[in-house]
Amino acid sequence: MSTPGLNVAYIARLAELQLTPEETERFSRDLNQVLAHVAELDKWDTAEVQPMYHPLPVYDAVRPDVPGTSLPREAALANAPQQQEGMFRVPKVVESAH
Amino acid sequence: MQQHSISYRRRALTSGQISPTELVQELDAAMRRQNPAINAFISWDTEAALAEAASADLSLPLGGVPIAVKDNICIQGQPTRCASRILGNFVSPYDATVVRRLRAAGAIPFGRTNMDEFAMGSAGENSAFGPTHNPADLRHVPGGSSGGSAAAVAAGMAIAALGSDTGGSIRQPASHCGVVGIKPTYGRISRYGLVAFASSLDQIGPITQNVEDAALLLNVLCGHDAADSTSSTHPTEDFTAGLHDGVRGLRIGLPAEYTTGGNSPEVNAALQKTVRTLTEAGAEVVEISLPHTEAVVSTYYIIACAEASSNLARFDGIRYGYRVPDSAGLSDLYSRSRGEGFGSEVKRRIILGTYVLSGGYYDAYYTKALKVRALVAQDFTKAFENVDLILGPVAPTPAPKLHDDSQTPLSVYLSDIYTIPANLAGLPGISLPVPGVGKLPVGVQLLGPHFAERRLLAGAAALEAAWS
Repeated sequence: MSTPGLNVAYIARLAELQLTPEETERFSRDLNQVLAHVAELDKWDTAEVQPMYHPLPVYDAVRPDVPGTSLPREAALANAPQQQEGMFRVPKVVESAH
Repeated sequence: MQQHSISYRRRALTSGQISPTELVQELDAAMRRQNPAINAFISWDTEAALAEAASADLSLPLGGVPIAVKDNICIQGQPTRCASRILGNFVSPYDATVVRRLRAAGAIPFGRTNMDEFAMGSAGENSAFGPTHNPADLRHVPGGSSGGSAAAVAAGMAIAALGSDTGGSIRQPASHCGVVGIKPTYGRISRYGLVAFASSLDQIGPITQNVEDAALLLNVLCGHDAADSTSSTHPTEDFTAGLHDGVRGLRIGLPAEYTTGGNSPEVNAALQKTVRTLTEAGAEVVEISLPHTEAVVSTYYIIACAEASSNLARFDGIRYGYRVPDSAGLSDLYSRSRGEGFGSEVKRRIILGTYVLSGGYYDAYYTKALKVRALVAQDFTKAFENVDLILGPVAPTPAPKLHDDSQTPLSVYLSDIYTIPANLAGLPGISLPVPGVGKLPVGVQLLGPHFAERRLLAGAAALEAAWS
């Protein structure tokens, strides 16, 4: 079962990722082993270090603001599991009031 | 092997010894013959390739040359499935920039290579389409995640291939299969149309039969692309120009941390042989230190999984990809579509990534890893003040056996220790085979400062020439 370190069942709900009971148990074991290893990062003093989000400095990487061509609607919808009248079809999102 | 290289094939094409159509047919025959045992390709469209071959412009630099493409790089009208069930029906609506560049240079994208699902793996085994086998010994893995690309090139089913490298996924399979693989500097090659795994680490690069072919492909692939905001504006260059520069007068660092206990005898033999060859060729090999080496695996898996959990949120069963046929509302649809669509390793990494980004743990894990990443990068900045290139192993061992049950996820992750640093620091790295050190192929790796691909290629070419 999950240890206090990483509650796999809870994280799976956050990630909208259904797991089987077998996966939940196996991932708990695997990932708590990984986290035990990762804890060794604490030995490095990073009090004065800035986090490095990006391997190379890139500033203001914006293209010229010129309208380009977009994918045609048919192409954008071609991979949709369900579509209707030029739109993605999804299950009902808002329940009725009564 | 050499007779199949791009430069050899180009001479045959331009002199009329073979037509582009015949070349596609020859590769198609090789795939039919060898792929059932190796499983390097999970799809290939011979008809489309033949149609392109019929109008190939031989005056272009890669005119008439088929190039295999990893299954996570979009080719318009062809499946791009990342070797995942969740993209089982996905057909790319557009070409990745690298594919557009290949076509513009006259090349013919041909064959989608097998891979670890969403590029998550070091063995080429985590594929919804079954594992790839190492052509040198089918009982062994080809490495990963670009295992199909490396195996296809090694087996002669592809002249060259594109791969992607997030923590070693080009260089490590190249090493295990006995071919050349280069991960260029972060930002050198546009990732537009590459299915994102970890965006601060991912880089596309070629897997080829020799160093010259790697340079020829970099000439075509590199350059700024407005469609990728991380694409570098650093001027591109002729990567073939320095191939014969040699290594005379270069200082090459061998990190003390890369030669300690964990390497197999074959890997140490490959390193020693490389040091001898470099010294004989006029380079000076000096011991250096990269003190944060032991931290790189932890740093990498926190950052890569965090970014993956975010990037893979797009696979939700709404706009593309697998959707469960029935659902009790939106959350149920997301959760079950993802649960049924993703394989085990992908799920494991999404869980780890979600955890390290979740409330209460973000600073302890994610921010901490980003800070240690800066320390790892500083190690290299300091090292390159004193050396021109760094030499190291690619992996601690040659290719492991398929289905090795003794491995845990952690032990597999730890084997990425020598390839991960280049991704964390954004550096270019090349892996090339060292002949005659073991039964299975073994490579070594050269790392260079940002944008020093020409120096890397010169070093690799000097070694290759000395060993051929």
